[in-house]
Amino acid sequence: MSQLVFDPSKVMNIDYTLRTEYLEGLEAIKAAHKVLKEITYTPSLPDKGYTNRTLYVNVGTLEIKEKPVTQQMKDVFIGGRGFGLYHLWNAVKPTTRWNDPENEIIISPGPVAGITQYAGTGKSLVVSLSPQTDIPIDSNVGGFYGPLLKFSGFDALELQGKSDKDIILFIDGVKGIIRIEEAPTDPVDSHVLAEILTHMYAENEADLPNISVVSTGAAAEHSLIGMLNFSFYDRRRKCVRFKQAGRGGIGTVFRNKRIRALVVRGPKVAGDLNHPADPETIAKTGIKYHKEIRENDPHQCMMRRNGTAHIVEIMDAYDLLPVHNFQFGSHPDVHKIDSSYWQQRCTQVTSDGCWYGCSMACAKGADGLTVRTGPYKGHLVSVDGPEYENAAGLGSNCGVFDPDALLELNFYCDTYGICTITYGTLTAFVMECYQRGILNLERTGGLDMTWGNAEADLEMMHQMARGEGFGKIAGLGVKKMKEHFIKNGWGDPQLINDIGMENKGLEYSQYMSKESLAQQGGYALTNKGPQHDEAWLIFMDMVNKQLPTFEDKAEALYYFPLFRTWFGLNGFCKLPWNDVVPADNASQPEPQKVPEHVQNYVDLFTATTGIKITKEDLITQSAKVYNFQRVFNIRMGKGLRLHDAAPYRSLGPVTKEEYESRAERYDKQIVDEMGLDPAGKSTEEKMALHREWRTGRFSKLMDSVYTRRGWTLDGVPTLDRLKELGLDAFPEVVEVVKQHL
Amino acid sequence: MRQLVIDFKKCDAGRNCQHECELECAIKVFKVDDPAQAALQIKAYEEGGGHAVLCDQCGDCVVVCPSEALKRNKLGVVMIDKNVCVGCYMCIGFCEKEAFMRNSDWITPHKCTSCGICVKVCPHGALSIVDVPEPARRII
Repeated sequence: MSQLVFDPSKVMNIDYTLRTEYLEGLEAIKAAHKVLKEITYTPSLPDKGYTNRTLYVNVGTLEIKEKPVTQQMKDVFIGGRGFGLYHLWNAVKPTTRWNDPENEIIISPGPVAGITQYAGTGKSLVVSLSPQTDIPIDSNVGGFYGPLLKFSGFDALELQGKSDKDIILFIDGVKGIIRIEEAPTDPVDSHVLAEILTHMYAENEADLPNISVVSTGAAAEHSLIGMLNFSFYDRRRKCVRFKQAGRGGIGTVFRNKRIRALVVRGPKVAGDLNHPADPETIAKTGIKYHKEIRENDPHQCMMRRNGTAHIVEIMDAYDLLPVHNFQFGSHPDVHKIDSSYWQQRCTQVTSDGCWYGCSMACAKGADGLTVRTGPYKGHLVSVDGPEYENAAGLGSNCGVFDPDALLELNFYCDTYGICTITYGTLTAFVMECYQRGILNLERTGGLDMTWGNAEADLEMMHQMARGEGFGKIAGLGVKKMKEHFIKNGWGDPQLINDIGMENKGLEYSQYMSKESLAQQGGYALTNKGPQHDEAWLIFMDMVNKQLPTFEDKAEALYYFPLFRTWFGLNGFCKLPWNDVVPADNASQPEPQKVPEHVQNYVDLFTATTGIKITKEDLITQSAKVYNFQRVFNIRMGKGLRLHDAAPYRSLGPVTKEEYESRAERYDKQIVDEMGLDPAGKSTEEKMALHREWRTGRFSKLMDSVYTRRGWTLDGVPTLDRLKELGLDAFPEVVEVVKQHL
Repeated sequence: MRQLVIDFKKCDAGRNCQHECELECAIKVFKVDDPAQAALQIKAYEEGGGHAVLCDQCGDCVVVCPSEALKRNKLGVVMIDKNVCVGCYMCIGFCEKEAFMRNSDWITPHKCTSCGICVKVCPHGALSIVDVPEPARRII
């Protein structure tokens, strides 16, 4: 074992108990709250993972009602993301857009969520029509809200309508009260607001962990990239911490509805509140997995010490870390922000799970940051992680290698309520536009967006939070920025489109896919847009080399998006599946699937619900929801082949510098893959050859993947596929598809 | 720090006794007439000798417990607060000595608390309570 004795002298010399306090104004803020509507209800605990009812709240009309969970909902949609998509489909029309009152935000934890014996089982799935993509977005988030919502009696919460004043929705799952309160003087930003609300609604200190708050911040009000912070009370740090429902702008929808926060007060958590059918199997499976983490994590990923940032140096070593807007894959300064630094900077000897029983414990915290800019200048704060996506997105992709600056960017993204992944990618795009003269000081209103200029980067974020200047334009996201720059004639449209890393309107997450065909598809052939949670294949493809052939990659793009969808139906985190694997995994058949862990999930579902499934059933369960979501996209005017198109930067080298940084590899591909001789050809000629080969190969991949998924070559699920999945029971679904066959 | 220790020069791993230590623990501490539920378990090796599964109060479980249900008392003994425990069993999975236990009837886990009840009944006088320094906390 490589476990180490805790040496306090190795931890940063910071007393984080001196953290800035925000509770002074609590009583005045509370006194200003006005009850707009209050109802009582009968709280209940789940039975075999389901409470069998959902809660509908219209924040405009103040209507509050319960809805039954039908057997069909459970059979077809399971829970979590499935329930979210089901409710959203019923709530909207094809013409509905994100800021219409009928758009909903649905939060659902899924049947397995809330068990405490297995790692990564406290997730909420959030679904809404996205302001960035105009199609459903789904986000998988930790924190306590989802499990406490379920233990208060509801399998899902539907939020519809638009309020004309700032409101808080409070669910007291102990007393059986649901209340909509006007919140006229509450703070705006999450790290202040959630701290205050947690203390406001807790009955005493012991009650603090039973409160969870969903909130966002100032930038969600002035941008399209707002996210939601889901809180959990950290007993050791004695403060409120967050996990984020980041992608796609759900925080923007939240503030458009004038929701200031959702607060749930659940019962005290115990190990049996989910009332599973077979607690013994859950206990044994959980203990087996905890032991695996103890034995293997120190030799594998060290998630417990570094969190997800452990892969910064791996991505760098394999030339896959996004650097300077995905141009390059490594950088000499990466050691300043890799896990060897974060291991020292993050507090150790604590418990960093975002739900009980998460032995993987990747929700690391960097405590004691003194903020240097903006409205919280001088405050001493605790910051999440940073997670890999933040180190890569806010760091290397923008050329920021000062860890304190990176932490401050992370802190403000969180408290302002904007997605770190989206912000990282859009800022990298802005910086490259600045480098290439598409932007300049005049066009940015004086922001010097040179690579690595964290000061200007932070100022752009503060502008976003204030709804001012170039920050407001940046807050529209890459897609709308591209349109804006092209419309203004600020640069070559093809170059702008090639380097703007978005697909369907959503920014790419932080993996450089141009060398990994599997990840190119893993990003572009997604339902919601390029987010790695649907198909994180780059590690499998490029590091573990488990997908050597074209056919392997196409098959992976069938299996893994479905497998990974299943986590979101049930309230699971994906990380415990393959960030630590059994010691003998490599010798198992299909090791990329981590077969022992797949069996764990099959067992956990069966043991929770009492419904016996196999690993093949697991994929079928997902396929129903996945295809339903694809049809939903088509219903909203997207979801076809043309919407799966990828920006060329994600497929290959756009610029001469990019080509020349990997000339040897690219020249070799001209010989090996194209059967041509690069000798005597200019870089431009070789780039053209690559473009033709790479776009052709991607198109061929689309054909293969669509066919394997049971879709037409235009990306539309066939009627046979819908029948096979039982989705023909929904006439509206069939009707949408028929128009495209 | 109060710690239960066993001297295998005296203990013959149950070959010439009735596992009185386990039975006494099960009955007096856990109120069950089943030595398999005791917080210490004496195991005999086929080739002779044996070992004991028991908690040495190392405190690894205190570090991993997410709900702060595990804390040292004034004597340095790691105690579980069943009202705070959320039944996640990380203490069981992370115990290298496998001294944290559970049974199907209780949602919370259990372990030896160095109470010394077993010491009095050992026919060979192999068990004793000693006072040893508290070990440093480990990064786990």
